[in-house]
Amino acid sequence: MAELHLKSVEKTYGNGFKAVHGIDLSVKEGEFMVLVGPSGCAKSTTLRMIAGLETTTGGEIHIGDKVVNDLVPGKRGIAMVFQNYALYPHMKVHRNLSFGLKLKREPKDKIERATAEVSGVLQIEELLDRLPKQLSGGQAQRVALGRALIKQPEVFLFDEPLSNLDAKLRASMRVRITDLHKRLRAEGRPATVVYVTHDQVEAMTMGDRICVMKDGHIMQVADPQTLYQRPANAFVAGFIGMPEMNLVPAELTPGAAPVLTLHGQSITIADGLASRISGVQGAVTLGIRPQQLEVVAAQSDNALTAEITNLEFMGHEVNLHARIGDADFVAVVPSERFDTTLQRGDPVGLKPIGSHIHLFDAQNGSNISIAAD
Amino acid sequence: MVDLTQTPPNTSDALQRKLKRRAKISATIRYSVLALIGLIMVYPLIWMIGASFKTNAEMFSSPSFWPKEPTLQGYIDGWKTSTPYTFGHFFLNSLWIIIPKVIGTAISCTLVAYGFARFEFPGKNFLFATVIATLLLPNVVTRIPQYLLFRDIGWLDSFLPLWVPSALAGDAFFVFMIIQFLRAIPRDMEEAARVDGANTLQTLIYIVVPLLAPAIISVCLFQFMWTMNDFLGPLIYISSVDKYPVSLALKLSIDTTEAFAWNQILAMSVLTLIPSLTVFFLAQKYFIEGISTGGVKG
Ligand SMILES: Nc1ncnc2c1ncn2[C@@H]1O[C@H](COP(=O)(O)OP(=O)(O)OP(=O)(O)O)[C@@H](O)[C@H]1O
Ligand SMILES: [Mg+2]
Repeated sequence: MAELHLKSVEKTYGNGFKAVHGIDLSVKEGEFMVLVGPSGCAKSTTLRMIAGLETTTGGEIHIGDKVVNDLVPGKRGIAMVFQNYALYPHMKVHRNLSFGLKLKREPKDKIERATAEVSGVLQIEELLDRLPKQLSGGQAQRVALGRALIKQPEVFLFDEPLSNLDAKLRASMRVRITDLHKRLRAEGRPATVVYVTHDQVEAMTMGDRICVMKDGHIMQVADPQTLYQRPANAFVAGFIGMPEMNLVPAELTPGAAPVLTLHGQSITIADGLASRISGVQGAVTLGIRPQQLEVVAAQSDNALTAEITNLEFMGHEVNLHARIGDADFVAVVPSERFDTTLQRGDPVGLKPIGSHIHLFDAQNGSNISIAAD
Repeated sequence: MVDLTQTPPNTSDALQRKLKRRAKISATIRYSVLALIGLIMVYPLIWMIGASFKTNAEMFSSPSFWPKEPTLQGYIDGWKTSTPYTFGHFFLNSLWIIIPKVIGTAISCTLVAYGFARFEFPGKNFLFATVIATLLLPNVVTRIPQYLLFRDIGWLDSFLPLWVPSALAGDAFFVFMIIQFLRAIPRDMEEAARVDGANTLQTLIYIVVPLLAPAIISVCLFQFMWTMNDFLGPLIYISSVDKYPVSLALKLSIDTTEAFAWNQILAMSVLTLIPSLTVFFLAQKYFIEGISTGGVKG
């Protein structure tokens, strides 16, 4: 097993489109790194460059202590699991699993042993004599996983492996993959993983660290908790979390208790903000998660007054949509604390919890409310 | 009230019967028309098979295809031919032309199509345009330059002019057909094979060729049938009788006899049909899969 380093890696496609803009990324040995981002942000391109399926037009890719830029995929010590499984349709499961080892001319008994072990781990023993078209989606994905596992690669690459499965199966496969990763670590052969997804639940639950990408740039690399609590910029803040963080333009007046003004309404943030900002004032973007936006009576002290535009009853909680001028807010309220007399069109008070407020630079979107520690 | 509740099922019942009868009548008419047209199309073939069992005298005296006194004489005499060789010899010649040609076509066209469909290389667009251009070029245009070329190399009266162009992917149609088929196949499998450590050739042999099997089989079938029926090619390049394929041998019996022995000619024509038909029916399943450009189901 090995480390993986990308050093100012660039990709310009043949048509002149620059998909990846010099990214730097280090994945530690045995680490589960998730690449996440909106569609078209070059997650697959990055992964395919690591795999060697796409040429690298700039920078260096290191796997272990080798620069692999000019190595063919088969020589890089990687294995890849594709979104639509990409099993060889004319080969039985058994041959699908052992194809890579056969090409390497491994001895027959070793191949048999490896196949038996991998199919045991993934519980696909009874499928060994089937053709891929005779498998369900979940079974096919397990075989695809087995085909990667059997090679004992330095680095595992996954490109949205679960997105073709239904929600329930996806959840169980998610657990299966993380379990497998932990198990390999416990057995003393930790697997370095790069896992591409656009599903933030997958990203948050599976990743040791998450790399958020946008338009071929890395926006932030951090563990899930940091990403959620201390997003480096407005993009990450908006991308991670459900429902999305509220991001609205506001005016900041600093002081011992800073004052935020939006649409003519001013609120004083008494706690938890002053110490995190320094020397910032003027136009900012206010960011507050729906879960940290308290719903209070209209006209309460230090609360913004908004008009309810929609109420979504989710069972255990209620999503309250409200508007101030042209700024839309969402607040999530646990059902038992929700005032059921509230109706669409009613005025309501919204009070951001000071310690959870984020302020972003109005121009470049970087987080200006993280104390420099 | 009682009446009212009971009438609807009755009328709908009658309606359904009527609809069923109408569907039946329309189906009968449709199939009769189809059968009739089909019969008109195959009648010459049926007549030929029937006539091959007639005597030469009966041939033009009765329009029916059914022989009055069936005889195998046409087959016996036809097989002997008017040359020192039996018809079997010509069959072997045909096979000797066809088999290398089919194999060469399958290999070369697959290689060329794989290159065009999966790789980027300088001049690709120009080269592909050239391939398509040869597809549009009428065959006769190239006959004379080709003849002169092969004469200068000294390949006249050998099978080489028939084999070599095909073995170099000279049949643009087949290249085009395989490219189209390949385009419908997702690349993931090939990429998975490369990640598994296969080089380009191994990927081609272990992954692409099996996926392409229906298309390649269709190519082989087409090439088999077209070569079996090819008259002009052997006529131009082959001059000694002992190298004649069946298409030329059939014509031979027309040339040399003063009163044409039509029953012999027809008998041998029937035999000539058999290989193509057999091969077609054996490979029918793949053939249809191949020309209906499906690729791989998801
Ligand atoms: N072969 C190509 N030629 C030119 N541009 C390409 C090519 N492949 C991808 N792109 C472009 O590169 C960008 C990144 O594509 P990529 O497939 O890496 O996105 P992604 O993050 O994987 O998206 P998704 O979540 O939809 O899979 C996109 O804007 C895409 O249009
Ligand atoms: Mg992708």
